[in-house]
Amino acid sequence: MGDSADRRVDFRTEPARYQHWRIELDGPLAKLVLDVNEQGSLFNGCTLKLNSYDLGVDIELADAIQRLRFEHPEVCVVAIVSGKDRVFCAGANIRMLATASHRHKVNFCKFTNETRNSIEDATAHSGQRYVSLIEGTAAGGGYELALATDWIILADDGSSAVALPEVPFLAVLPGTGGLTRVVDKRRVRRDLADVFCTLEEGVKGERALKWKLVDELAPRSQLTQRLARLVTAAADGPSVQKGVPLPPIQRRETADGLEYPAVRVELADSGRSATLTVRGPESCPACPAELAAEGGEAWALRAARELDDALLHLRFNQPELAVILLKTAGDPVVALAYDSLLADGGGDWFVREVQLLWARVLKRLDLTACSLAGVIEPGSCFAGTLAELALAADRSYMLDGELPGVEGEATLALSAANLGWYPATNGLTRLRARFGGDEGAISAAEGASGRPLDAAEAERLGLITFAVSDIDWQDDLRLFVEERLSFSPDALTGMEANLRFAGPETMETKVFGRLTAWQNWIFQRPNAVGPEGALQRYGTGQKHVYDVTRV
Amino acid sequence: MATDWAVDYNTKIPNNIDLAGDNRVLRALESWLPGYLNWWHDMGPSGFQESLVYLRTAVTVDPKGWAKFDYVRMPEYRWGILLAPPEPGRTIPFGDHKGEPAWQEVPGEYRAMLRRLVVIQGDTEPASVEQQRHLGSTAPSLYDLRNLFQVNVEEGRHLWAMVYLLFKYFGRDGREEGDELLRRRSGSEDAPRMLGAFNEATPDWLSFFMFTFFTDRDGKMQLESLGQSGFDPLSRTCRFMLTEEAHHMFVGTSGVARVIEATLSAMRRAGVADPTDIEAVRALGVIDLAAIQRKINLHFSLSLDLFGAEMSSNAANFFRSGLKGRYQETKIADDHRLLDATYPVLRVVDGAIAPVNEPALPALNMRLRDDYVEDCARGIERWNKLIASYGHEYRLLLPHVAFHRKVGEFRGVQASPAGALLTAEEWGRQADEWLPGEQDRLFIESLMKPESRPGEFAPWIAPPKTGIDNRPGDFEYVLISP
Repeated sequence: MGDSADRRVDFRTEPARYQHWRIELDGPLAKLVLDVNEQGSLFNGCTLKLNSYDLGVDIELADAIQRLRFEHPEVCVVAIVSGKDRVFCAGANIRMLATASHRHKVNFCKFTNETRNSIEDATAHSGQRYVSLIEGTAAGGGYELALATDWIILADDGSSAVALPEVPFLAVLPGTGGLTRVVDKRRVRRDLADVFCTLEEGVKGERALKWKLVDELAPRSQLTQRLARLVTAAADGPSVQKGVPLPPIQRRETADGLEYPAVRVELADSGRSATLTVRGPESCPACPAELAAEGGEAWALRAARELDDALLHLRFNQPELAVILLKTAGDPVVALAYDSLLADGGGDWFVREVQLLWARVLKRLDLTACSLAGVIEPGSCFAGTLAELALAADRSYMLDGELPGVEGEATLALSAANLGWYPATNGLTRLRARFGGDEGAISAAEGASGRPLDAAEAERLGLITFAVSDIDWQDDLRLFVEERLSFSPDALTGMEANLRFAGPETMETKVFGRLTAWQNWIFQRPNAVGPEGALQRYGTGQKHVYDVTRV
Repeated sequence: MATDWAVDYNTKIPNNIDLAGDNRVLRALESWLPGYLNWWHDMGPSGFQESLVYLRTAVTVDPKGWAKFDYVRMPEYRWGILLAPPEPGRTIPFGDHKGEPAWQEVPGEYRAMLRRLVVIQGDTEPASVEQQRHLGSTAPSLYDLRNLFQVNVEEGRHLWAMVYLLFKYFGRDGREEGDELLRRRSGSEDAPRMLGAFNEATPDWLSFFMFTFFTDRDGKMQLESLGQSGFDPLSRTCRFMLTEEAHHMFVGTSGVARVIEATLSAMRRAGVADPTDIEAVRALGVIDLAAIQRKINLHFSLSLDLFGAEMSSNAANFFRSGLKGRYQETKIADDHRLLDATYPVLRVVDGAIAPVNEPALPALNMRLRDDYVEDCARGIERWNKLIASYGHEYRLLLPHVAFHRKVGEFRGVQASPAGALLTAEEWGRQADEWLPGEQDRLFIESLMKPESRPGEFAPWIAPPKTGIDNRPGDFEYVLISP
């Protein structure tokens, strides 16, 4: 399949088209039932046995999580359960891992991690507490899925178990944050974690509870009751609200890219560079109620979803893409007004969800392995929420002066959005992380929020990298792209990731950092993927052969 | 103190493992035994615990006289730990380690796999006792009652055999698994047995005979392949268990034959010539051959599920690691490594069932299942000869391996007993003809009246050809209230 998997992946789906998940709604409780269609793999020749998953399964999960937040705010407990007998989930499909290209594996792991993070995000911020009910085996990615939930109930039936058997079975690591969450989130003692992660068959019953691998044991006959108790405890919150349906994302393929109502992608350099333009709001709803009435068509929601889809499309379907020029278009004054509206609606669940969605999409941008440059020119709309794109970029170019044929000068404007709505994976605003611990620089920038800044001022405040005069503008951008295309893509990915995530470690930065550093290294090594490696040999009955040199 | 119980246990527990000198196993057994006896009390045969049962007890491994027959109360049965005698110089017969000396200790690399094999095998042994616990009250004769109990106590001993391995070789994990084996219960919602067929009910005596014929025969195949193991203690344990297992097969084969015989001779006496005239046959108070066929269909298909998926990386790993061989491995003429070999596996290809050549290693479950099917077919042929000897052309048949499956390749399809793939609608229309239904259950249940007079048999089953331990026909195998 090497790369039948590298055929185009479409991330747009909806419950009616799910093959692997069911959403079962029951008032404040939603059950996410994992019942994988064995024959429904994105990969030819892969059978998704034992509720094992591939990207297609996770795309549906990500969609379901998103829809529960927007369409079913009345839900306060989401239970992940298996639709199969005696197996919760066997994790990522091993044949898929053994045969997929390295690029696909990395992108797959990144996406599944983002999805697990969105589970934790929903629990922390959306009042939707995720819990898992494990009957049967939760192994590898199956247990990692449970680890992302806030409460794990394990059937105490003498055989249901949780396991991270990657090291003994496959010579790789749990790729979805398993190791980090075991010690950092669940605070499992590191020596017990060491034992746990080398036990092929995992841990069950009392020991799993004692080691803090699960939160609760229950007889199989009482799982439903225990779940009901969690719902009762959680349903104590605010009253039931009406959700906002998420309409299908409108996307059109163009000769050189994609066109959405609020986002455009134009590829150049034979697919190695792209310009991604987000159009700002054309008008601003008068009040939060009007915003809610616009629902799924509200600019703030639509633009975020479209940007998200575009980023995923570029990650998976444009393998050689190296540079993204981030542009915006529109009226910064309207964009700032929009942010004010969102700020006024602080108590409104829909406003909160829109902001949380932007936060996730911007993290997705941070975690995209392409060189990012903000391009701020006359007519662009880097204001507030959209200014975050420039702050997320590896560097930014702002035109100082006017361009022939375009009215006005380039501006950049900060708003409340940049001061706390969209923390990055390190838990800091991009503005704060940008200036390290330099409180003077931070407060100077914060003090300039709410009004358009010209290139000189933006440069003085350290908000842009270069203020470029019109005579150099085209050349500088061209040179940047050409230089980037000439560098090693691997070295660039590593360099950018090192520089982007300054500041403190959080569980998220650890998960992604270690994924990049360790898992991706191990995934490349012959002990895993060589012809005699464990991943290649798994299931053939032939034994792996290891190079025993310890690196 | 320690010496006291050690001596006591060693005399009470028949063994050839120098139990008295094995502190580790003794101490583990000491804490496990009360739980085992509680389990036997709660989940062993219902009633009859005070009855004296004429049972054989394995006391040595001498092939000329390994067992002793005597009256014994079941809770006082001397469950023992017996391994087939060691073969000096035995080497690992297959896999990556072929030709190396057989392991006397667990290789660290394979510890988890071995433990899993032992636990799965161990889990089936008490399960069948649990499934059969209510049959005593409807036994068709003292002879059959005794055979039921013999099978039960020996399944108990087979549990001991696996528990011994866990205690001896798997340390604390092994002791925990030993307790778990007593905690899981057949058919329990909260803690079911590990394999599907061992959670099905054994509601009547015909089911019991079918179970011992089909499901215990799976046990035999598993023991045969574990008997090949490069882990010598497992191999020796399983080889001795096979000596006892033979009787369980006998109970099944002869039990069904005696049911058939009772049916045919009743028909002959009453002048009923057509075995398909269900009403006429049932009016005689015997079980019609079609009902027997439906029981065969059910138990065969459930037992096939025990072999697992046709293509299995576990099976491949077990073989490659030298832990679980093929049926009669040492008699097979090939390289015993199978790295480049292929094996035809039945699969659903383009809407039809066809053999596909697959790598032999992951196909080992399929191969063992094929050997099993062949073994079953030989037993069925004996029953057909009996039917023919009464002048009937009626033949009992093994259903196709794709029929009524819950595990493996055919899980997602419906197939007729002849192996034709069916739509769900076709299946729904005919399933009642092929599997035992409510009518069968009610009819068979109506026949299940206990017969406890020595030498007497319920009318739906014929007496055996010879007695157990050459006892005469009217021998009182069970002294119900001594």
